[in-house]
Amino acid sequence: MHESTVAIKGHNEGLLIALSPTEEWLSIMAELATRLDGQSSFYNGARITLDVGARPLRKDELTTVKALLERRGMTLWSVMTESSTTIDSASALDLRATYTDPQYSTDGSDDGIVPISPEEDGTLGVMIRRTLRSGRTVHSQGHVVVYGDVNPGAEIIAAGDVIIWGRLRGNVHAGANGDTSAIVCALDMIPTQLRIAGYITISPAEKRHKPKPEIALIRDGQIVVETWQ
Amino acid sequence: MRPNVGASTSNNRAPRRAKVVTVTSGKGGVGKTTTTANIGVALAKLNQRVTLIDADIGLRNLDIVMGLENRIVYDLVDVVEGRCKLRQAMIKHKQLPELYLIPAAQTRDKTAVSPADMIQLTDQLRQEMDFILIDCPAGIERGFRNAIAPADEVLIVTNPEVSAVRDADRIIGLLEAENKGPAKLILNRVKSEMVRKGEMMSAEDVTDILAIKLIGIVPEDDSVVSSSNAGTPLSLADNSRAAVAFRNIARRLMGENVPFMPLDDSPNFLKRISRLFAGGQ
Repeated sequence: MHESTVAIKGHNEGLLIALSPTEEWLSIMAELATRLDGQSSFYNGARITLDVGARPLRKDELTTVKALLERRGMTLWSVMTESSTTIDSASALDLRATYTDPQYSTDGSDDGIVPISPEEDGTLGVMIRRTLRSGRTVHSQGHVVVYGDVNPGAEIIAAGDVIIWGRLRGNVHAGANGDTSAIVCALDMIPTQLRIAGYITISPAEKRHKPKPEIALIRDGQIVVETWQ
Repeated sequence: MRPNVGASTSNNRAPRRAKVVTVTSGKGGVGKTTTTANIGVALAKLNQRVTLIDADIGLRNLDIVMGLENRIVYDLVDVVEGRCKLRQAMIKHKQLPELYLIPAAQTRDKTAVSPADMIQLTDQLRQEMDFILIDCPAGIERGFRNAIAPADEVLIVTNPEVSAVRDADRIIGLLEAENKGPAKLILNRVKSEMVRKGEMMSAEDVTDILAIKLIGIVPEDDSVVSSSNAGTPLSLADNSRAAVAFRNIARRLMGENVPFMPLDDSPNFLKRISRLFAGGQ
């Protein structure tokens, strides 16, 4: 163990404990404990700023340090680091977190070193490329897209959204796990029954002759159906 | 698979290759048995060698409609269970010697026969027949599975009425799942006057939902009742519109491109219906 594994010095806000960013974590903990125990009464009651450099620390690892210090009468209150993982862990423990990357400003508000990925996140669904006939069912923990009609007597139950590129004449339950933000879209919205999360509705009695694309969603505690604009 | 048109007499033993056609519907009472009987008779009159098989074990009707009930000695279940040879169960029609019927059993039920039995039985007949028509029972259970197992082609009979169409849609879905499609549609018991007044579903309303090709539209005809009672299917002698419709279906089954028959006289009917038909298929 070198002296540089653990460095303890005073500064205007209390004590600064700098830990090597690369040594094996458990041996650093052991070294820190040894160093502190050697001078126990001297550090009692101190406020500690921890500088871990580029080392990524999980919340549980940071908790270990905090406990180690607390057992010796010291309070960890601030963390300095170049690692965004450690920043997140410190924030999760309500510690002051300071970003110390020498290339960027250190006021903690700029975390732009992670380039923004062009890839859009999506959510999974199933695609059905045929008309769903009476008696057929589709169950999905994601979304459901149908290229075809959904005939009366057919049933779609999806945790997510349901999109019908065709005539919806059967039964649909979107947001089946309770997601009230789920939507149902169809080119001709004439379902036998339509449910979103815990809400249910049926088609109006009058027969419509001209199909038009519509979206069903929950607003103000009920299912509303709107023309697609 | 081209049927031998005009080449058959009862002495003709040239090998044939039968097309097995199952007539089904889902819903009961829409006219499967009447349709099977009339198409069978129409095909036989067009010199085809035809065997009709009644797959409605326990509720047999095809024998009654064909007027052959008092000539039943052996039936389908007797053949399957080995109590007789296949030939012994085939009842030959008196007026049309190339038309045969294998009746169902009345004292058993549909579990007496399996889909494999049906395939085996029809395979034995394929070389001697041009057409094997199977009258399917109503429902979607064992009887239905038995009847469609050997089918090369499936005809779905429906009425222009919401329950019948709903059941037909279910059947089509089951056929698609069994890779027995695409089925063709016979719209039976159409009352053109009611359609014109908007009181009955039109052919387009029906095909709008079912989305399969039409092979025939048969108008409602009172003489169906009396001919059933008499055991003489319409197609035998009659020239009523229904009889002509059944004959046209038979011709379309044989591959002919038969123009549809106008059920009403409105000019738009011709234009509208033409694109719903299966044409020469």
